[in-house]
Amino acid sequence: MITYSFLQQYWWFLVSLLGGLLVFLLFVQGANSMIFTLGRTEDERRLIVNATGRKWEFTFTTLVTFGGAFFAAFPLFYSTSFGGAYWVWMLILASFVVQAVSYEFQRKAGNVLGTTVYRRLLVFNGIAGPFLLGCAVATFFTGSAFVVEKGVMAGDAMMVPAISRWANAWHGLDALFCPWNLVLGIAVLFLSRVLGSLYLINSISDDILLPRLRRQVLADSVPFVICFVAFVANVLCSSGVGEGADGSLAVIPMKYWDNLLSMPLVALLLLVGVVMVLAGIGVTILRAGSRRGIWTAGTGTVLTVLALLLLAGLNGTSFYPSTVDTASSLTITNSCSSPFTLRVMAWVSLVIPFVLAYIFWAWHAINRKDLTRDELEGKGAEAEHQY
Amino acid sequence: MLALLNDSAASALEWSRLQFALTACYHWLFVPLTLGLAVVMGLMETAWYRTNDAFWKHAAQFWQKIFGINFAIGVATGIILEFEFGTNWSNYSWFVGDIFGAPLAIEGIVAFFMEATFIAVMFFGWNKVSRGTHLASTWLTGLGATLSAWWILVANSWMQHPVGTTFNPETVRNEMTDFFAVAFAPEAVTKFCHTVTSGWMTGGVFAVGVGCWFLLRGRNRRLALASVKVGSIVGIVAALLVMATGDKSGIDIARTQPMKLAAAEGLERGGQQAPFSIIPGIEVPGVLSILATHDLNGYVPGSQDIIDGYTDNRGVSHLPVAEMMERGRKARVALGNYHLAVKAGDEKAKSEAAAVLETEREYLGYGYLNSPEDLVPPTGLVYWSFRAMVGCGSLLLLVLALVAWFGRKGTLENKRWLLQAGLWSIPLVYIAGQAGWIVAEVGRQPWAIQDLLPVTAATSTLSAGAVQTTFFLFLILFTVMLVAEVRIMLRAIRQQPDFTH
Repeated sequence: MITYSFLQQYWWFLVSLLGGLLVFLLFVQGANSMIFTLGRTEDERRLIVNATGRKWEFTFTTLVTFGGAFFAAFPLFYSTSFGGAYWVWMLILASFVVQAVSYEFQRKAGNVLGTTVYRRLLVFNGIAGPFLLGCAVATFFTGSAFVVEKGVMAGDAMMVPAISRWANAWHGLDALFCPWNLVLGIAVLFLSRVLGSLYLINSISDDILLPRLRRQVLADSVPFVICFVAFVANVLCSSGVGEGADGSLAVIPMKYWDNLLSMPLVALLLLVGVVMVLAGIGVTILRAGSRRGIWTAGTGTVLTVLALLLLAGLNGTSFYPSTVDTASSLTITNSCSSPFTLRVMAWVSLVIPFVLAYIFWAWHAINRKDLTRDELEGKGAEAEHQY
Repeated sequence: MLALLNDSAASALEWSRLQFALTACYHWLFVPLTLGLAVVMGLMETAWYRTNDAFWKHAAQFWQKIFGINFAIGVATGIILEFEFGTNWSNYSWFVGDIFGAPLAIEGIVAFFMEATFIAVMFFGWNKVSRGTHLASTWLTGLGATLSAWWILVANSWMQHPVGTTFNPETVRNEMTDFFAVAFAPEAVTKFCHTVTSGWMTGGVFAVGVGCWFLLRGRNRRLALASVKVGSIVGIVAALLVMATGDKSGIDIARTQPMKLAAAEGLERGGQQAPFSIIPGIEVPGVLSILATHDLNGYVPGSQDIIDGYTDNRGVSHLPVAEMMERGRKARVALGNYHLAVKAGDEKAKSEAAAVLETEREYLGYGYLNSPEDLVPPTGLVYWSFRAMVGCGSLLLLVLALVAWFGRKGTLENKRWLLQAGLWSIPLVYIAGQAGWIVAEVGRQPWAIQDLLPVTAATSTLSAGAVQTTFFLFLILFTVMLVAEVRIMLRAIRQQPDFTH
């Protein structure tokens, strides 16, 4: 019943789900990218920073777990992409490194760099993080220049025996030369800003900020929708690398469109996801009292990203195509861990619902009361930890 | 380091090693304090929960503030470490990813989320959840951090002593065959206990040091005495556990990584009744044999013995390194033939190559070495780090014991020399922790994975310039972050209001 092939698909599903959750949680970055544009006074900036500051660890932890799950389930991707597209990943990581300390340090005495610099670092992560992650994920469809040759481990004793090699010296910066990668990067950036505004609307109670946030949702939705639709349309018309009847890899025209037709459930997921994202945005813009758009749009985001990643990896598709050597392209079958490891990890994955349950509880416990200017001034009850 | 900067031809490998060492050393400046303060503030909040004395809440919140300043930077340095396995050690990631990836993923799913979720409740939930729930969240934050350490140390321990795995010529990698052998290897249990208790010791010493500073300044008397009391108890219990697990660790290393032990002792030629070197020139006869084998007549090999081949204390004979390298090369050739045969569809050649691999595969890693001397790690660094670790650790136990003793008698405040010693214990505990990791990690060179994969075959194909650039990027980032952290902490301690009333 539980075959190797089932385990591969199961783990691709989990990695895709983590990817979806990660993109949803980028609302932290999206909101931070607007600290100075949305927050015109110190109070307003503090409201934004403190609202995202209560959630940033979820995003950070999901990114770490996304990496860990890829490592455990598809180690050849981990070694090929991270070792090859070195610069993209290093820049993403550096932006998350500075983000982690910026919250805690920004308003503390003796912080060396001063409040404004730490906030600028949050803005930097808020823009670079989603944009570069979008570009990196776009390469799941557009491909990258690498060669995989496992035989080199047997090669000449003096040579560095590296199984995966990048075929150019740009080491990941080449992803920024492909326009479609940039399009998805921009789409993810503006989506994260939309989600950021929706999250702030949901968790801050403030008469001045809320109307401004609603206008911001509209302003960011337009570039997001344009770039997203363009990217998806392009993908559905593009060729992809897939397994032929004999199991060998070849370029197949309209591969992703084929996938959509042959996996109706995934097509349905995509449709429901997109509709929910648009509904979350629409309700927030059109109904002045609506504050729960983040939940509709957030769920929609998770479903949409999940569906796109399933399109990229299932149905014998290469989820990491090589542009220089089709046979080197990575699929869930040629890049995955052994059946034993996938099985062990499948057992471990059974705790995920439990983890989600306590995250949900903690979220609810902290968000029971809206964040207000009064709380930041320490009025009412005793002051909490603040940024 | 300076030599490396001057050597323009220094390879990407050397820079990758330096970058990993940089991130690991920085990460280990923050993690032990996180582990240790989790216990200190957990105990203080428990005291508040049980006595309802508001003082304990203030004390717990003071240490929580210090914990928070330290925590973020620990997380920031940790994310780089995880991804560096992919970015800088990509061959490693494929060759052993089947085993090594699992603990990292489990860490994320099981432990890191626990820590990240409950830390939010701990920081922001004082007025939002009940006292009991808050206390539980504080302990769960610490538990999450500790479980996280568990899985990371399982992974590290596996690199030092790979178990539960077999080489698959088809996929050209090692594959897991026994999860429980990996997750609960005795060496991993020892390593976990040794490392986590050293973290508790760091937290204990830190609390004692800060308490001593308050007392020297004659302020925050109650907070100071409470911190000294809790810190010294945590510190002493931890120090004793560190010693016990360190002893077990010595036995493990003698059995699984004799070259590391030889380097830590600067021992070129060993034997029975091997002496323990206190410093060069001062030796205690027979003590090394006792430490390494719990037997005065136990045989301990030196580095040259290992290169020449030797018979160990249990009667198992080990081949000369040159011979293992020869057999490793044979395994590499057989691996190549295996793949040629698969491509050609030649079943006979395939099974012949598989038969050679079957007998020679345990030496495959040796096939990537260039000379037997490659097997000896930088002896001076390992030797002195080991002495720094043991020396600082012993001194710390003495200081903690004296502080606890006079604290109990109520005369600690009059002993300014002891308060000074308590304060200056803080740098010592960091030196001990850093030195311990240098022994563990430099001592296992040239292996990325003991006997399976040397670092030369584990690396990515990056240019030296690229890794050099990111090395300096992270060096500057981490150093600025560290300076800011220390200054913020000092300010927070100095400006702590007095709750003595």
